[in-house]
Amino acid sequence: MHAKVSVAVQTGDFDIAAEYARLAGDTSIGAVVQFIGRVRDQNEGSTVSRLMLEHYPGMTEKVLDNIGQRALIRWNLLSVRIVHRIGPLDLADQIVLVQVAAKNREAAFESAHAIMDFLKTEAPFWKQEATPEGARWLDAREHDESAVQRWSDVKK
Amino acid sequence: MHLLYFGRLRQEFGLSEENLAPPSVATVAGLLAQLRARGGIWAEELAEGRIFRVAVDQEVATPDMPLQAGSEVAIFPPVTGG
Repeated sequence: MHAKVSVAVQTGDFDIAAEYARLAGDTSIGAVVQFIGRVRDQNEGSTVSRLMLEHYPGMTEKVLDNIGQRALIRWNLLSVRIVHRIGPLDLADQIVLVQVAAKNREAAFESAHAIMDFLKTEAPFWKQEATPEGARWLDAREHDESAVQRWSDVKK
Repeated sequence: MHLLYFGRLRQEFGLSEENLAPPSVATVAGLLAQLRARGGIWAEELAEGRIFRVAVDQEVATPDMPLQAGSEVAIFPPVTGG
């Protein structure tokens, strides 16, 4: 039986088919959403060739688990799985997986969206991009702060 | 007290961690004042109005949060994961 909330922070890749297979045989699940974030070749007008992801070991796992627990309660989910990679990443590599399982699609779609919005503003990860102009640390985006406002009914 | 620095601030300070005795004013604000007193990049990056975050024992902290000898304090830029 799969855990209700499970998180992983790892340098290695994740396998979305294997992640989905973890839910096999659970007859209470009516909807599963898997969101995958990937390394894009453009950001803020610059060509990106590579990404380096740094994190705060210990706090990262706690924050991801807390986000999962909050979503589990708010949307009455059956399970939440969050996997986030760290270290050097190449173009088109997978960065993050959010998988939610619910009784119905509304809860699954909404909670996956909300979990990503919370992750972007709360989880202690920092991205450094390699560009033709040299390496640069990404700045937090105003948009990420406003995106999270829509989930203000989710308890901290 | 164990201090940790991450992301752009770690690079600017040229330091990822250090051990310090708790500041005379044993709060997050007191610690920041002590670090700013180092001058240079410390005063610049941690100046009032600059945007950065502080966590105490891995929880996001406010300036009035008390610090103890065993506290783990992290200072870092706004997060950019996902």
